Amino acid sequence: MSIKAVNSLSHYTDWTIGHVHSGALGWVGYVSFGAIYCLVPWLWNKRELFSMRLVNWHFWLSTIGIVFYICAMWVAGIMQGLMWRAYTALGFLEYSFVETTEALHPMYIIRALGGALFVAGAVIMAYNLYRTIYDGEPAKAAIEPNPALASGH
Amino acid sequence: MSDTHTTSGGKTSVWTKHQVFEKNSIFLLIGILVMISIGGLVEIVPLFYLKSTIEQVEGVRPLTPLELAGRNIYVREGCYNCHSQMIRPLRDEVERYGHYSLAAESMYDHPFQWGSKRTGPDIARVGGKYSDDWHRDHLRNPRSVVPASIMPSYHWLETTALDTAHIDMDMRVLAIEGVPYTKDMIEAAASDVKTQGSAEDSLTAAFLKRYPKAITRELGGVQGRLTEADALIAYLQQLGTQVDFKLYDDKANIR
Repeated sequence: MSIKAVNSLSHYTDWTIGHVHSGALGWVGYVSFGAIYCLVPWLWNKRELFSMRLVNWHFWLSTIGIVFYICAMWVAGIMQGLMWRAYTALGFLEYSFVETTEALHPMYIIRALGGALFVAGAVIMAYNLYRTIYDGEPAKAAIEPNPALASGH
Repeated sequence: MSDTHTTSGGKTSVWTKHQVFEKNSIFLLIGILVMISIGGLVEIVPLFYLKSTIEQVEGVRPLTPLELAGRNIYVREGCYNCHSQMIRPLRDEVERYGHYSLAAESMYDHPFQWGSKRTGPDIARVGGKYSDDWHRDHLRNPRSVVPASIMPSYHWLETTALDTAHIDMDMRVLAIEGVPYTKDMIEAAASDVKTQGSAEDSLTAAFLKRYPKAITRELGGVQGRLTEADALIAYLQQLGTQVDFKLYDDKANIR
């Protein structure tokens, strides 16, 4: 996208949106999810997560969601970029702007579906963490309060 | 095969030396600083030797107070999220939208409104393309003039009175940022809003002296007061019209 010829096609289209979301959802999102799944049992002193099966569900739902999302955006971006520069045999611009907008409709539906899957995965994570915190088995017996430290009270 | 074995195990391998950076964060930090400095110097220093990165172009003027109020609404409503204001020098864009945008045309925009995504078309040169009434209909219900449009309705703009109580403050801030608003312009801001939004009156000549070629017309006629839609339309109708491309010489500044 820093190459002139690529940028002339991709700039101002959904290609950019697909590109940033592959990073936002797939990289930032997954790093955050991984960190949360790791940290919550530590912070609440639980032996393990409530359900590893739900973690797997989260992973696959959001992976499929991202694939739908960014593929739809890439296709939409390339399509719109090509439609903007399409010429008829007589040398006229082939499409008005609004025709390119109309052509994006199916892609936007797929994008919405992908986004919904990603959110569904996050909801599953929220449920899993809730059950971990409130119903999870403690990692070990609670540490006895140190009398030396408590004597000040 | 045997060569690779000896080099990977040998102490003189460049990768072994590179481990100095990999294992000491402070060396890595210094290395990063050196690399970024080289890149920065190569990219930035040449700009110091240019007289200006923006060529001077005849006709570019600061926005009038009414247009500026319209621009504030444009930014407030997030129009830039879907509309770009930057025509690239590509054949199809020039044929679709008009002459490619010049740097000078957004030199008084703080912040610039180039945008990054066209969900709607570019509007860098929308000024004068449609009538005021078309814009009024379009803001109220975009589908009434473009049946396939997916733009939301902005119907409240035409029922909300325009608030220009602080427009002189906006101009003062822009003046600090380098927009050549004079003391005279800032003092006359409130009356200039009214003058531009009404048909010819005694103040029009003075207004046009401050803002050459600005369009004055009856805008708030129906309700007898200016609305937010009026200001936005005044802003849209001047977009891309300041430079006269019949006179502009695009070969003059080729270096």
